[in-house]
Amino acid sequence: MESKSSDENCNNPNSELHPSKLIMASHFLRALFRIQHTTTDSSFAGRSRKIRRAAYASMAYSVGTKRAWSSALLRKLRSRSRLRFPNPRRAKYAALPGRPRVARPQQREMDQAEALRELVPGGTSMDDCRLLEETADYIRCLSTQVRLMQAIMESVSF
Amino acid sequence: MSSRRPRSWQSSSASRITDEQINDLVSKLQAVLPEARIRRSDRVSAAKVLQETCNYIRSLHREVDDLSERLSELLASTESSSAQAAIIRSLLM
Repeated sequence: MESKSSDENCNNPNSELHPSKLIMASHFLRALFRIQHTTTDSSFAGRSRKIRRAAYASMAYSVGTKRAWSSALLRKLRSRSRLRFPNPRRAKYAALPGRPRVARPQQREMDQAEALRELVPGGTSMDDCRLLEETADYIRCLSTQVRLMQAIMESVSF
Repeated sequence: MSSRRPRSWQSSSASRITDEQINDLVSKLQAVLPEARIRRSDRVSAAKVLQETCNYIRSLHREVDDLSERLSELLASTESSSAQAAIIRSLLM
């Protein structure tokens, strides 16, 4: 079983200035400043949607194709960007994480592994082992992104 | 400790996945969850770890949504160059 260990770079990925974190931060910040200067879509909802998309994009770009979840996320982002005028009635493109496409009735019998497969990008085509590995990496990256956004919030609030 | 696998576990056709491998990966997953959700010292069932993992991922997705909205408000209300300077300064120091 191949192990994509984080010691590809000798550095500890938990260190503050790990290359992938810097890539994530610089990508996200560039997108953020670009969004701030956009005058065409100045609606609040439009801006926050763009920021949300930038968050997932910076996560995916910082990891690239090294992981199955990031490759799946990159595919979703690229397929969405090809639709300039998405028709809300025919949502054929894959939804970004966090936005359920359809309201599903809660199934208490729903298997946890199935639930996990739906939460992790690309999860539906993974076997058990791969799913668990990818999930751990996805969580690490997602929480890093959240911390980055919180740090930005704090720095502007003063 | 028996590890009753959730019903939808799929086996890879290429290799036989042992219970030990699964348990190893589950414990690595447990290590990534925050202490408030699941104590790392406890040996909990795989199902519990998966459940907490799903809950944690959902809460992270919600946080991304929430922070996106707050950042959107914040950027609209602050003058851009001073905001940019403040952000970069705080992230690099």
